Amino acid sequence: MRYPPMPGPAAVGARAGSAAEDSEPMHAATRGSWLMVLVLALAFVLGLTLTAPVSAQEAEAADDTAAQALLEALDVSSFSAKGEAIEAIVRSDDPRARDWLQALLDGRLQRTDDGRFVVALDNSGRQWPVEDALTGEALGEMSRRDLERIGINNALRNQLRSAIAVVDLYAADVGLRRASAERLLGEVDGDLAGPLAKVIEEEPDARVQERLIQALAIYRLEQGEFAAIDDLRGSLHPRVRVAFNRVLNSDDPALVDGAREALNSIEQMLKVNRAVETLYFGLSLGSVLVLAAIGLAITFGVMGVINMAHGELIMLGAYTTWAMQQLLPGQPGLALILAIPAGFLVAALAGIAIERGVIQFLKGRPLETLLATFGISLILQQLVRTVISPLNRTVITPEWMSGSIAINDALSLTLNRMVVLGFALVVFAALVLIMRRTRLGLEVRAVTQNRAMARSMGIRATRVDILTFALGSGVAGLAGVALSQLTNVGPNLGQNYIIDSFMVVVFGGVGNLWGTLVAGLSLGVINQVLEPWAGAVMAKIIVLVFIILFIQKRPRGLFPQKGRAAEG
Amino acid sequence: MNASRRIMPYPLRSTAAALLSVATLGFASHAVAQQEPIKVGILHSLSGTMAISESTLKDTVEMLIAQQNEQGGLLGRQLEAVVVDPASNWPLFAERARELLEQHEVDVVFGNWTSVSRKAVLPVFEELNGLLFYPVQYEGEESSENVFYTGAAPNQQAIPAVEYLLNEVGVERFALLGTDYVYPRTTNRILEAFLKEEHGIADEDIMINYTPFGHSDWQNIVAEVRRFGSEGKKTAVISTINGDANVPFYRELANQGIDAADIPVIAFSVGEQELSGIDTGPLVGHLAAWNYFMSVDSDANYDFIDAWIDYTGDEEAVTNDPMEAHYIGFNMWAEAVRKAGTTEVDAVKDAIIGVTVPNLTGGYAAMMPNHHITKPVLIGEVQDNGQFDIVWQTPSTVAGDAWSDYLPGSRDLISDWRKPMECGNFNVASGSCGGSTAAEEAEAALAE
Repeated sequence: MRYPPMPGPAAVGARAGSAAEDSEPMHAATRGSWLMVLVLALAFVLGLTLTAPVSAQEAEAADDTAAQALLEALDVSSFSAKGEAIEAIVRSDDPRARDWLQALLDGRLQRTDDGRFVVALDNSGRQWPVEDALTGEALGEMSRRDLERIGINNALRNQLRSAIAVVDLYAADVGLRRASAERLLGEVDGDLAGPLAKVIEEEPDARVQERLIQALAIYRLEQGEFAAIDDLRGSLHPRVRVAFNRVLNSDDPALVDGAREALNSIEQMLKVNRAVETLYFGLSLGSVLVLAAIGLAITFGVMGVINMAHGELIMLGAYTTWAMQQLLPGQPGLALILAIPAGFLVAALAGIAIERGVIQFLKGRPLETLLATFGISLILQQLVRTVISPLNRTVITPEWMSGSIAINDALSLTLNRMVVLGFALVVFAALVLIMRRTRLGLEVRAVTQNRAMARSMGIRATRVDILTFALGSGVAGLAGVALSQLTNVGPNLGQNYIIDSFMVVVFGGVGNLWGTLVAGLSLGVINQVLEPWAGAVMAKIIVLVFIILFIQKRPRGLFPQKGRAAEG
Repeated sequence: MNASRRIMPYPLRSTAAALLSVATLGFASHAVAQQEPIKVGILHSLSGTMAISESTLKDTVEMLIAQQNEQGGLLGRQLEAVVVDPASNWPLFAERARELLEQHEVDVVFGNWTSVSRKAVLPVFEELNGLLFYPVQYEGEESSENVFYTGAAPNQQAIPAVEYLLNEVGVERFALLGTDYVYPRTTNRILEAFLKEEHGIADEDIMINYTPFGHSDWQNIVAEVRRFGSEGKKTAVISTINGDANVPFYRELANQGIDAADIPVIAFSVGEQELSGIDTGPLVGHLAAWNYFMSVDSDANYDFIDAWIDYTGDEEAVTNDPMEAHYIGFNMWAEAVRKAGTTEVDAVKDAIIGVTVPNLTGGYAAMMPNHHITKPVLIGEVQDNGQFDIVWQTPSTVAGDAWSDYLPGSRDLISDWRKPMECGNFNVASGSCGGSTAAEEAEAALAE
């Protein structure tokens, strides 16, 4: 793609001669049809009831005619013709050009039935608020039936982004300049190289400067300049690697050797990166497993109740998040935070209902508990399907959980998973504290170790049962809140996690919270290490087989309960 | 009628034939028969995993029936929906299909989503001579006398989509990601053969990966795709990932910053409804290939959307491709019934071939002799409002091909249910019906 000259005051000096000539005919054309423009302008001015001096109006109107023609050119069906029209807009030096390009990029540039161009401010729903693309005047709401969108495709999207990036090189906002520099990596060509060198000199921000130097160096490398290798050494950006790989085919032996050596060191660093990445993936998957299983570690591990409806308690937590976001529209972050206590409460109450309604009557009959709770799980699923919807619900991820943190150019860690990892650890720590440091924890441990003895010591065993089950269920609700940020919120959410949860608890050692943590995290890491070469399906199978064999050898899991409690 | 007489011993068919003969003889029962409603069976899961996709299709057929009744029904008779719930359970599909045909004696059935469930009901429809309209895009390699495939065959979706990537986008490397079951595996086999044989794509430039149903941890696979795509060649992902697994997949794509302008993902199972569970802001520009999009600019489509919103009472309700397939299928069936003057299965089966009805994209769909229909192929790019923007479409409609031209064994087969051929897998090489064992070969290859 060719780079158009840059608009804006800073660009004037940097403009390439050829480009300046290019724009000359357009001015000539404007002058040639001056009469027509004047007539049009007058018609336009008459249409507007402004009180500004006539000469200014005239100029503005003439400008708008040219601008209208520029936008007019976009309204063609061929994408290549649209590409040329975009280039014309960039060349036009119109101060509104950037806004138009951005609107076009966002799909908000529309044409009305009577040929006016408008920008939709919000294009959801059937009625859209719009403003005039030329005057910026608000035009109220229009039906999408009356508007025709100027469509673009991925190729044009690339072109627009590059064009905007070139404009933004001169932006006052450092954030825009950073994005622009990021974008230009691997996109610099002969037209841009000259002006870019000048921009680099004048750039105050070190990060932007460094990026632009690299961007320019890729171009220089492609031109066969040996010194460029030094500017690119150690960069992990994929575009740099692509540039080096291309140079390997060059006929300059010194350049090829230099590139090969630089590539080798890059590959070394990438290996380390990949290992760190896999570890992070594993811990992140592990944290999900821990979250899903930790509630079960209490109800199943500590109380010995096989609760097949555990997954549905997770689902309730996820739906609570959705409900909170419905109650607080426009504030997904706040809703998510409020969903933490709310999800806990909803799931805990559901847990109490299940315990009082069913499980207490089946004490000591594990097979019947299993079947009864499985029935409850089906009932809860269908209830959600009937009452809410069989369709998945949209849970919005707040800004601060979207995207990723770039550690370097090749390694970035996704934020939503990082937050969930942190959340899992906090929930775990809180649970350990409750079990070890509170009266409730003491009573729970007493009741599970020896129910009769605990009762004779004055502990109300029934109350402890309820509270423990509520705690385990509530934690499942918390898991649901976290999972709503990672996966589908739908009636089947729980089913996907119930098997994994039991697996983790059994592997870690029934009744041991630390076992659940270690088991969850290590299963996550094992799974992610296996996945690249075994595939997702095989990795799951291998992990299951591994656990079966492990349980054969150590039936009580990683961290078996010791002492008298173990025999109970 | 010859074909049906040969296999007539089942109660439904003899009753139907008896009714017909009585009616044509013009006895008093004629009027009584006219008063009886025409029964339309709906075989879509309303519970279980597939309820997410199938329950809207049930509503669609009910809406179409209501509309038809408002216009005075069919042949002067009202239509009546008979809804059963096969609960996403494949064997139960066969039982429910039998219930519809034997107990309720329905005249036609609209139903099924997954290929497994279709395979499960196929013997039932052939045994009891029922009519099934199947509305979902599928892997092909099948043509039954009793089934009308109103969704896309691979040559109406996958192949044009890949051609678009090759010719318009200039893609040189392909990552084929799919859910681990029959549709993605067959489709990917066809695509792999197509890419290698027709376009000389090297082995190393094709990556194939399968994941289980409902897969939710996409970190590793997305990272692998990112690496696969950063080797300097233009790369695209062809996704046959099904249903639920898509939301976490697209989320991970967005979070790992894979931009459609760099590595576009083209999906064959993601429509407006699947996207309604995701914030599509970061996904703008990713692609989908369908034969209909809600964003299609035609009056028929706007009328359909308005009717759908009124029917559901939900301002945000979306329409999608399988709904259009039911719209077309229902109108074709109604037209065929009008043409045949009866709802009798064999008469309708003969009458429907060649029937042409408007589709929602402003054109027409015709029923072909192989029980597939003609469809335009559209490529859409995801927009931030959860809709698709059409960036490319075939110049004319494409007729569905039951047997792929790119698979050995199925290459020589054609399907033609008109007389005198009346064969779903006629081998043009050997000149005999059922001459090839393509279906078994395909299954054997899948089992490998």
